[in-house]
Amino acid sequence: MDTTNTTADLKSATMDADTHSAHYHTKSEVPTQLPPLGPDMRPLWPPKVDILMTVLFGIAVFSMPIWLQPFGAAYPDLMQRFAIFGIFAIGFNILFGLTGYLSFGHAAFLGIGSYAAVWSFKLLSLNVVPAIILSVLIAGVFAAAIGYVSLRRSGIYFSILTLAFAQMCYNLAYSVLTPITNGETGLRVLRNDPRVLDALVGSSEVAIPRASFFGISMTGMAGFWACAVCLMIAFYIALRITRSPFGMMLRGIKSNQTRMAYVGFNTRPYTLVAFIVSGMYAGLAGALLAVVDPLAGAERMQWTASGEVVLMTILGGAGTLLGPFIGAVLIKYFENIFSALGHTTLSDAFSFLPDGVREFAVSIVSPFVGEGWHLTLGVLFVLVVIFLPGGLAEGFRRIGRMFRGGNKSETSS
Amino acid sequence: MKGNAVLHVADVQKNFAGLRALSDIDLMIEEGKTHAIIGPNGAGKSTLLNVCVGRIAPDEGAVVFKGQVITGKKPHEINQLGIARVFQTPEIFPDLTLLQNVMAPAYARRDGPIRLNLLSALDADKDVRAEAEHVLLDLGLIEKRHHEAASLSRGDKRRLELAMCLVQHPSLLLLDEPTAGMSRLDTNRTIDILKRIKERGMTKVIIEHDMHVVFSLADKVSVLAQGRIIAEGTPDEVRADPRVQEAYLGGAH
Repeated sequence: MDTTNTTADLKSATMDADTHSAHYHTKSEVPTQLPPLGPDMRPLWPPKVDILMTVLFGIAVFSMPIWLQPFGAAYPDLMQRFAIFGIFAIGFNILFGLTGYLSFGHAAFLGIGSYAAVWSFKLLSLNVVPAIILSVLIAGVFAAAIGYVSLRRSGIYFSILTLAFAQMCYNLAYSVLTPITNGETGLRVLRNDPRVLDALVGSSEVAIPRASFFGISMTGMAGFWACAVCLMIAFYIALRITRSPFGMMLRGIKSNQTRMAYVGFNTRPYTLVAFIVSGMYAGLAGALLAVVDPLAGAERMQWTASGEVVLMTILGGAGTLLGPFIGAVLIKYFENIFSALGHTTLSDAFSFLPDGVREFAVSIVSPFVGEGWHLTLGVLFVLVVIFLPGGLAEGFRRIGRMFRGGNKSETSS
Repeated sequence: MKGNAVLHVADVQKNFAGLRALSDIDLMIEEGKTHAIIGPNGAGKSTLLNVCVGRIAPDEGAVVFKGQVITGKKPHEINQLGIARVFQTPEIFPDLTLLQNVMAPAYARRDGPIRLNLLSALDADKDVRAEAEHVLLDLGLIEKRHHEAASLSRGDKRRLELAMCLVQHPSLLLLDEPTAGMSRLDTNRTIDILKRIKERGMTKVIIEHDMHVVFSLADKVSVLAQGRIIAEGTPDEVRADPRVQEAYLGGAH
């Protein structure tokens, strides 16, 4: 189609090439020498901002018992869940948010973490420290094995592979592995378990087997404080990973994996380490579930649990630091508080309205609360995905930008 | 190895479903020279580059880079040996900032194909950052260094991709139509940049449709038509060759 064109080009270029350099220098709008602008070495992420974010996050987490009061969510069991699933989502985000690899099987590592922790309570000690270390390590080993195979594929095939492995773990826990998992009954800590480490320092026999941190029983608020400390450590590590060259390479893989190979990176080890780290986060979350309630069941590994962490991450904002935690809190709040709202609570809420209007308002709203909480969550999820593809964290950022004004094209994460 | 050839494409053949894309390609790229490959659409120019960077495995023959056979190596291994490539459609990291786009290849050059530095800070590596800033300054993109690469114009994207290659100081730079879709002004700017690299002694292979670019830059020109090299020589020799005129007129369709 461009045969004639090219020939013309070929001929005209003869003249053009000779006149090119002279022609070039007469063009005033092309600077021959760029202005002597020295490299600007201001940090990409001002350390102050990161410290401020960590401190604010810490204040928000540790003051949960106060600010959750008006929402009716300031009881230890629920706050523990906020922290634990926050860790799960923050870890999941290291894989999904940074590399773009969508795992549908991360609940497997949560379950493995729980089983490992309960076994540690049974065989080693009721102390939480060995339980947490053991769970994180074992979850890491499983993540390495599953990740090694699954990461040979990308996109939907990767997702399907992880889903298959997780369902395999779930079904094995109910069948072949019953000696380890105790099947449907679930694995529990017994009064007369061996507990070799406890036996060394004293008696391994306890009246009520409860996880403890050097004598402090991990029930109620103490359990929440333990989870909150773990959440802070998990958040800080995630922050460091995001700000590291490794984190930048992960985002490079998400952005253009082909290019990563052509600039000289072997991308597989990067994705595998991201997979292992996020598996270890899930293991930590699983261990904490066992810490606050020393019982492990296979239902934790079901595919719905894997799907839940995907929802949390996307709802809050994949690839952001705070988003996954926000998503986890929101979903757990809906699941536990919103689902308990009944007809009477609604009538109370609308009591300021005249009788007839109140009945009407209640009948409109009631399908969305109580047992219908999934409907509200679904609507919220759809709205976020359509209008805020960056999740709620992007929404907050937009609001922040509106207040500060301008500065649109500059990016920050 | 004969002479001072950096790259030797030795008797390479490639068929695609019975269609001969490359046949008996034998090509020597001399050190420090700019070697242009021209030819009508579908002549096999891009396929040839794909064979060089490990994207496509040849059916027969081999590619030798600095005395080492690189056919069968993975793309990242070939890059680590010192071959960088600018693609026909810009292959950049659209979600990263320009600075990060250039820092990533600089890291690959410094640390090799794998370095799992999870807890070190990106901001601590001042040398990598400074190098990336200098290349962006050199290519006139410094003002936009904190912008997302997706926001760039097509011409700027190509220049960014060139920056990503230059930051690695490759011994061989492969350019697949580096000025396609650029305005005359941007084209001249790119020519100027490429001339400057030449002064630093970097070997380049350039595929180009724009004869203005070819004759401004090339020391040697190979003409490819229907998967064969039909002519080779200095720009003046090639221009005078009747076979070249014929290939452009009658070879394409």
